[in-house]
Amino acid sequence: MAPKADIQLTTDVLVLGGGPAGAWAAWRAASKGARVVLADKGFLGSSGATAPGGTTLLVIPPVVELREDAVQSRLKAGGYLSENAWIHRVLDEVETYLEKVGEWGYPFPKDHNGNPLRTHLHGPEYMKLMRRAVRQAGVRLLDQSPALELLRDANGVGGARGVNRLTGQEWEVRSNAVVLATGGCAFLSNGLGCNVLTGEGLLMAAETGAELSGMEFSRQYAPSSAFGSVTRGRMLAWSTLYDQEGRVIGRGDRAFGSLQQHLLNGPVYASINLADTEEKRRFLRHAHPIFFMPLERAGIDPFRDKFPLTLRYEGTMRGTGGLRLTGNDCRTSVPGLYAAGDAASREKVTGAISGGGAYNASWAICSGNWAGEGAAEYALSQAGDTGKRNLMPAGRYGLVQHSDAGRLMDVPQIISAVQSEVFPLSINFFRSEPVIRASLDRLHGLVPFLHDSVSDDHRHRVRAREAAGMVATARWMYSAALARKESRGLHALAEYPRLDPRQTHRILVSGVDRIHIRAEKVPHSSELTPEEGMVL
Amino acid sequence: MIELVSRERCIGCSICVKVCPTNVFDMEDGQLVIARQEDCQTCFMCEAYCPVDALYVAPYADRSVEVSEQALLHQGWLGSWRAEMGWTPGSETTMAARDTTPFFEQFTKTHRPKES
Repeated sequence: MAPKADIQLTTDVLVLGGGPAGAWAAWRAASKGARVVLADKGFLGSSGATAPGGTTLLVIPPVVELREDAVQSRLKAGGYLSENAWIHRVLDEVETYLEKVGEWGYPFPKDHNGNPLRTHLHGPEYMKLMRRAVRQAGVRLLDQSPALELLRDANGVGGARGVNRLTGQEWEVRSNAVVLATGGCAFLSNGLGCNVLTGEGLLMAAETGAELSGMEFSRQYAPSSAFGSVTRGRMLAWSTLYDQEGRVIGRGDRAFGSLQQHLLNGPVYASINLADTEEKRRFLRHAHPIFFMPLERAGIDPFRDKFPLTLRYEGTMRGTGGLRLTGNDCRTSVPGLYAAGDAASREKVTGAISGGGAYNASWAICSGNWAGEGAAEYALSQAGDTGKRNLMPAGRYGLVQHSDAGRLMDVPQIISAVQSEVFPLSINFFRSEPVIRASLDRLHGLVPFLHDSVSDDHRHRVRAREAAGMVATARWMYSAALARKESRGLHALAEYPRLDPRQTHRILVSGVDRIHIRAEKVPHSSELTPEEGMVL
Repeated sequence: MIELVSRERCIGCSICVKVCPTNVFDMEDGQLVIARQEDCQTCFMCEAYCPVDALYVAPYADRSVEVSEQALLHQGWLGSWRAEMGWTPGSETTMAARDTTPFFEQFTKTHRPKES
């Protein structure tokens, strides 16, 4: 039995993660009459990929043709792995939730007929409102309280344990349902707001037996200034790109398609000089203030000067992989465990291509609501007292209580070892079988170090779990990548440059010590003709 | 990353300690300190939430730079992000209300210079 925690709570639903998906899940569960606790590593309002910047939403007017077009084009672009019904669900519901955000006080701009345009949210304002809404719904917030491991018994998941980073106090929340909304894993690549996304949520779920799906679709890098944190690829639509000698190598290429190749050859510079009037510059400046402010602070006029670019790796956050969902209520393969936002696989709505921006933001809102409602219903339908369940901590990797080694875990060393496998374009973007296999072997070699002892310092304990989460996530990514012997959506292998219609399936991974891999049929795959997909 | 806590301005309210997503700040004897600068993710949220504009986050995500409070004051950077967001008391409008993003695609289609 684990030692008694300093803070011991019993509730119906525990939500882990305080980004949009977690906030919506908590709000919805509470609205359904459940008692809810939300624990975030940082602070609901500032934490996560959405809060510091902003997010574009997928909203399509309720016109049959428009919706059907969007769904069909996504099906094709996403490598035939999305499911039309799920995209329709998102489109049908997201608007209702956005209306709520408007009612809560978000100042949506209006079109010339005075109708609110609910297609973009500035992060700080949005998440401040979400915090207020969640509190008013009666949710108990545990800020600065990273979860370290889930609790479980024979009936499934029943809560979590963690620490408060400010006080060092241990907390334990027992609940009949847990919503995991801890985001994707961005491997501490310093993208705006993304350093809280370190994969330990996925690890915690996998330690209880949960499966993951789509981890091979993790080849997304986002352009930012070489020195800065802000990633806004959209600005490249207005940029000219230059090489070191000042030669123009691209103009207005928002897809930044060849940026990866250019960066292998040497430094690349951008200037947003396609905005050639004051009016255009003012427009762009107001669209993404977070993009411009840091450049201005660095003394750069981005509309006239050239500034160096880099690509920051976005891991599974802008990939599409995560916990496999097994029902419309966003349940996972483990009873009592639900997943929302980037912690869940987004393949059902995005397929094999990036869910970044529009799709992910609307997904976070909808999946949060579905998971919150599903978790509330499940928790409230369970007979008996959560407090009487024989719940045990399920964590195994990078945790002090399971360590029998004398060696202290060298956390910074492990983190930098993982980063050196997943950051380089030469390994992870330009994927090839021998290179990925060798990298995966090196990553497997890190697993024994996750059993080294962890000091009592609570910050070290959190970091150790994050390191374990990153090791696990990287291994799932590359294991799945080797299992998909084709190129589809965000995944590519040099040896198999084409899409193979026979591989129109999902790749599921599970387990930590040993990684199990299996394929799952996509519901509509039998409807696809062999030609479909070949046109990509 | 975070480079400055203005001793003159900081009132020790510890809001930034609570708000920082990556736990960069500590309170030591009632004084705010940047305890783990290397963990700063350059997200500017502490600046946005600081009620007295006592913090400065430099735009460099991967390295620390020297800053001078006098120079920052002179250049108007202290509190500039909170002001731009419209979170400074007395602000007449917010960044969200001025947002032009919903028009971005159409604007780009209409106004971007055509390929030469």
